Amino acid sequence: MATANISIGRPGLVDERNHFGFEMRTIEMVWHREIIRFVRTRTRILSSFVQPILFLFVLGYGMTTLVGTTGGFDFKKFVFPGIVSMTVVTTAIFSAISIVWDREFGFLREMLVAPVSRGALVLGKALGGSTIATVQGTIMLVLAPLIGVHLTVMLVVEVILLEALMAFALTTFGVFVASRIQKMEGFQVVMQLVLFPMIFLSGALFPLEGLPSWLAFITRINPLTYAVDPLRHVVFAAQNMPPAAAARFATGVTIFGYLLPLWGEIVIVVAFALIFLVLAISGFGKPD
Amino acid sequence: MNSSSDDQGPANPIGKEPVEPAQDQESEASVSADTKVPAIEVNSLSKKYGEIEAVKEVTFQVSQGEVFAFLGPNGAGKSTTIRMLCTLTKPTGGSATVDGFDVQRQPTAVRRRIGLVFQEPTLDQQLTAEENLRFHAVLYRVPRQQVDERIDRVLKLVDLEARRKDLVSTFSGGMARRLEIARGMLHTPAVLFLDEPTIGLDPQTRALMWEDVLRLRTEEGVTIFLTTHYMDEAEYADRIAIIDHGSIVALDTPDELKKMVGSDTVELSTSDNKLAASNLEQLGYKVKLGEESLVVYVENGEQQVTAIIEGSQVPIRNVRVHRPDLDDVFLHFTGREIREGHAERAFPMHFRSFRR
Repeated sequence: MATANISIGRPGLVDERNHFGFEMRTIEMVWHREIIRFVRTRTRILSSFVQPILFLFVLGYGMTTLVGTTGGFDFKKFVFPGIVSMTVVTTAIFSAISIVWDREFGFLREMLVAPVSRGALVLGKALGGSTIATVQGTIMLVLAPLIGVHLTVMLVVEVILLEALMAFALTTFGVFVASRIQKMEGFQVVMQLVLFPMIFLSGALFPLEGLPSWLAFITRINPLTYAVDPLRHVVFAAQNMPPAAAARFATGVTIFGYLLPLWGEIVIVVAFALIFLVLAISGFGKPD
Repeated sequence: MNSSSDDQGPANPIGKEPVEPAQDQESEASVSADTKVPAIEVNSLSKKYGEIEAVKEVTFQVSQGEVFAFLGPNGAGKSTTIRMLCTLTKPTGGSATVDGFDVQRQPTAVRRRIGLVFQEPTLDQQLTAEENLRFHAVLYRVPRQQVDERIDRVLKLVDLEARRKDLVSTFSGGMARRLEIARGMLHTPAVLFLDEPTIGLDPQTRALMWEDVLRLRTEEGVTIFLTTHYMDEAEYADRIAIIDHGSIVALDTPDELKKMVGSDTVELSTSDNKLAASNLEQLGYKVKLGEESLVVYVENGEQQVTAIIEGSQVPIRNVRVHRPDLDDVFLHFTGREIREGHAERAFPMHFRSFRR
C-alpha cells in the first residue's frame, strides 16, 4: 500500500508531549499575523493618526481660547493624554474587529477548524492588537513637545505600560464584540454605539469634575474612564504644574465623594480585561 | 478548549495495545500501515435536523490510499457527511472513525490527522503563500524542524514554488484552490477531505488540480475523500458512492457501476451488415441489426473488439465502442439526471434552509 512510502511521520503524535509549547507557538503565530497585516496596510497606519491629530488641534486650539490658560497650563496640555488614549482605544478596537473581515474572507474558518485551543487564538489576537495599539499611542508622544508637554524617560515608560493595559482591555472587549458580529454592516453600528460614546464619556476630552450628576454617573460606569485617568495622572505628574492648574485640571476619579486611588483604577481595568478575555474565549467562533 | 484528553490512541487498534499518546512517531505510523486500520469507517451514520433526515444510516469503509468520491446532487447529504467526518457537525446516530479515531469521542485526534479543503476559500489574502502555510504549520503542530521541508514539498506538489513569496490576493482562483490543497497536505494528514474541490474552476484548471490530487495520493500515500457533482470528476476516483436523499444508493468502482447499468456496445458498419450479424450470432454474440450498422452487446468492449472484427468475416468500414458513462449510472440508480436544476427542485425547499 502506498502508505508505506510516507517518509515523514505524521506530526499528530510527536506533539502531544509539548502541549504548552505549541499553545505558545500558536499565540505567537496569531500575534505575528496581526503585525504583518498591520505593517502591510500603510493607509491604515496613517489614517489611524488622522482622527486623533484632528481632535488634538480642533479641541486643543479651539477650546484653549475658550477655557483660557491657568498658570501656563492650557487645555491642549489637558487634552493631550486623552488624545493618546483615544489613539490607543481606536486602534485596539479596529484590530480586534478585523475578525469580522476574517469571517468574511473565510480565514476565520481555517483557524476554527484547526486542532488548537480558542484561548490561544483569542490571546494571540488580543496581544497582536495590543501591540499595534500601544505602538500607535506611543508614536503620538512625538507631538508632546509641540504642545508643550514635557517628556521624561520615566513618563514614557509608565505611559507605555498603561497604554498596553488599556489596549489589552479594549482588544479583548473588541474580540468579544466582533465574534458576535456576522456582517460587515454591524461594524459601523459598533463604532457608533460603543466606541465613540466610550471615548467621549471617559474623561479623555473633558475634566470629570463638576459634571451634571447624570453625566458623572455615566462616566463612572464607563470602564474606559479608569484607563484614561491613570495615563493623564502620570503625564501631569511630570509637568511641574502650578497649584492653580492642578486644581483646575484635577486627575483622579471620585465616586460618592471618595477619591479612587490609582491602583484601584488599574485593578478595575485589569478586571475588565480579564472578564472580557474569558467572555471572548468562550464566545469565539461559536456562531460558525 | 480542545484539550488533548480525547487523544488516547485509536479507538479500534485491531488487536494492538492502545498507543501511548507520547510515543514516537513510528509506532503510530505502524498502527495505521501495518494493521490496515481503514482510513474511514462509517456505521449507520445519521444526521437529523428536526424532522428532516439529511443523512440516513450511511455505512461504508474507505481503505488507506484510496481515492473515494461522494457523488450526488446538491442537498443530497454530501456536505453534511463530510462535516460529520471532520468533527464539525455532531451526528445524531451511528458512528464513524477516521484513521482509527472516533469522530465523536476523539475530535482533536481526528482533526490533527485530516486535511480540509472547503468549497469557500479560507486563505488570508493579505499574506503570502508561504506565510499562509507557516500559519497552518503552527496550527497543526508540524514540528519546527520539518516546517521548511514540508512547505517546499507541498508547494512543489501543486507547482506553486515560483509564487511562494507572492501575496495570495494576486492569485487566480485556480491557484488559490491549489494552494489550499497544498495547505491541507502540509501536516501529512492521513485523510484529505475535499468538498467540491473544483467548483467554479475552468476545465483546464480542474484537470490540473486533478493531476495534483492524484500525485498526492501516489507520493504522499494520503487517502482522499471528496464530494462532487461532476460526473467526469468522479471517474478519477477508485470507488464512488452515489448518494441521493441522504442515502447511499450505489457504491463501487466506476467500472463496476457502469457494468451494473448495462454492457458495453460495439457498433460496426461493414460492407455487408447482415452477413456480419449472422456470423457473429453464430459465435454466440448478442447482436442487434440496425439500418446503417449493427450493434454488438459485450461485457468488455475494448478487449473484445478485435475478436468481433475477426468474427464478422467481412470488411469493416467503421467501429465504435461505447461504454456507459456515469451519467447513465446516475440515471439508473436515482431515476433522474444529476443536473443541478433537477436536483434542487426534487428537494423540498425547507430542507435546504436547514443546511448550513
